[in-house]
Amino acid sequence: MTKVLMKGNEAIGAAAIEAGCKYFFGYPITPQSELPEYMSKEMPKVGGVFLQAESEIAAINMVYGASGSGARVMTSSSSPGISLKQEGISYIAGAELPCVIVNIMRGGPGLGSIQPSQTDYFQATRGGGNGDYRLVVLAPANVQELVDLIIEGFDIADQYRNPVMILGDGMIGQMMEPVEFKQPKKRDLPEKDWATTGTKGKRKPNIINSLYLAAEELEEHNKKLQEKYKTIKENEVKVESYNIEDADIVIAAYGTTSRIAKTAITQLENEGYKVGLIRPITLWPFPYNEFNKIGDNCKGILTIEMNTGQMVDDVKIATKGRFPVEFYGRTGGMVPTPNEIVKKVKEIYGGEK
Amino acid sequence: MAVVFEKTKGLTDAQTHYCPGCTHGIVHRLVAESLEELGVLDEAIGVAPVGCSVLAYKYFNCDMHEAAHGRAPAVATGIKRVHPENFVFTYQGDGDLASIGTAEIVHAAHRGEKISTIFINNAIYGMTGGQMAPTTLIGQKATTAPYGRDKEHCGMPLKMAEMLATIDGAQFVERVAVNTPGNARKAKKAIKKCFQTQIEGKGFGIVEVLSTCPTNWGYTPVEALKWLEENMIPYYPLGNLRTPEEVE
Repeated sequence: MTKVLMKGNEAIGAAAIEAGCKYFFGYPITPQSELPEYMSKEMPKVGGVFLQAESEIAAINMVYGASGSGARVMTSSSSPGISLKQEGISYIAGAELPCVIVNIMRGGPGLGSIQPSQTDYFQATRGGGNGDYRLVVLAPANVQELVDLIIEGFDIADQYRNPVMILGDGMIGQMMEPVEFKQPKKRDLPEKDWATTGTKGKRKPNIINSLYLAAEELEEHNKKLQEKYKTIKENEVKVESYNIEDADIVIAAYGTTSRIAKTAITQLENEGYKVGLIRPITLWPFPYNEFNKIGDNCKGILTIEMNTGQMVDDVKIATKGRFPVEFYGRTGGMVPTPNEIVKKVKEIYGGEK
Repeated sequence: MAVVFEKTKGLTDAQTHYCPGCTHGIVHRLVAESLEELGVLDEAIGVAPVGCSVLAYKYFNCDMHEAAHGRAPAVATGIKRVHPENFVFTYQGDGDLASIGTAEIVHAAHRGEKISTIFINNAIYGMTGGQMAPTTLIGQKATTAPYGRDKEHCGMPLKMAEMLATIDGAQFVERVAVNTPGNARKAKKAIKKCFQTQIEGKGFGIVEVLSTCPTNWGYTPVEALKWLEENMIPYYPLGNLRTPEEVE
């Protein structure tokens, strides 16, 4: 298949349609509005539905209804809008429904800015809404990967009956790159016999619900959810690593910052430094075990993010105190440059080599 | 022996949790009978709210969703857009529909979603223990209005049916009460017309049902029916506000 040049936000829409998503409920917010715009144009052509909801809250609850009645469905927003969706996301996770939620992150807190950031790492990987639940969180670093993860994300959601979040930053959403649309590895997806489609007089009513008034029942439900999350942790970790066995310093970065880190690593290698990279592709489940492969000669881990150090906690859990964990980040829509990263790495080395 | 009465197939055999004298039970039966009589029970997908009728998904004998507080019309929108051939309804109280869920109900009506809403107005928050609702009457006491609702402080009670009737997409709007057998019969007629509006693809329909809450009002069931008639009906007049021509 030939490659086409697409903007990240539009590529998300095309990938979703490729994955068989026929329903999109959204609300405008910068920097992701190209996605609902694209869907409003393309969904009618494939017999699907695009609906602009009255709010992000309504949009996610439409997703809850559509998913519960058996559809492949998606919504998207950016940080403040994703905050509004948390109520619905918690219900969807509690009722064990599949869907794909896209967060094209912008600077925060509050109204923040419209510039790219990675400030919703905690919100995405720790649940975000009320209760003990997890989203599968996928962090693409380029538009091709964004497309691949959207398509696979629908399958992951269906396989585990769990919401999947695509965590991109404004940079990924706005950049144009060549992409092709490929089907992911085939998964054995369960029938949606739980969906509300009307009983047709042939079965008992199906009920979509996250309410368990009896404490022991809710505890059982939570145990079941935790068992599912354990299976996801065992099966779905995705990570890219580069030269971590004998690196002096390993950079940990995801999404846009991992690309900048790669440029910095090339520059550092040319100057004789041995720098590795761990790039989590799934932020939840986090690739903790990958950090075990780092060689003992490593002087430290440098986490780079467009926030004030939210992934640092996971990196510290992963390294179990084996190495010092340093952080470099920019916020507010500021993007770190390769030179800033080079300078920070040299600092950890203890100055110029 | 001739069968003179049978429980509708639209209700399950579950025992309801409603308080003695509460009129939710009557409205459940009217809704369930209407679903059965219109032949849409097997196609029906209902959405239960948060509030006293939070467990309605156990009582209606059809596919059901439990929604977040106030969001039932958005959930129903998602369902109906996926299954336009199915019959989709929401069952919501006044805290759910007239307070936290005003945006969702207004915009479902505004889009002319082909769904039907049963709106229980009992002028109070029942499930949480008798707090003031947007529909609580002036002077009526509630646990968060211990001196009685004061217009200067809280505004006048919200007339949802009248407000929704101003929206073009709301094709069927009627307010009924279930305080007497006669009113209950009229309520059922309205519910069936409301459902017919959806079946014929005419648009959004809502029936506001004036209902009692003896427990939180602090009355016996009989006193509560009287209080509804003497206090609620004068402020919330019964009657049809909108019907699409073909459904009349």
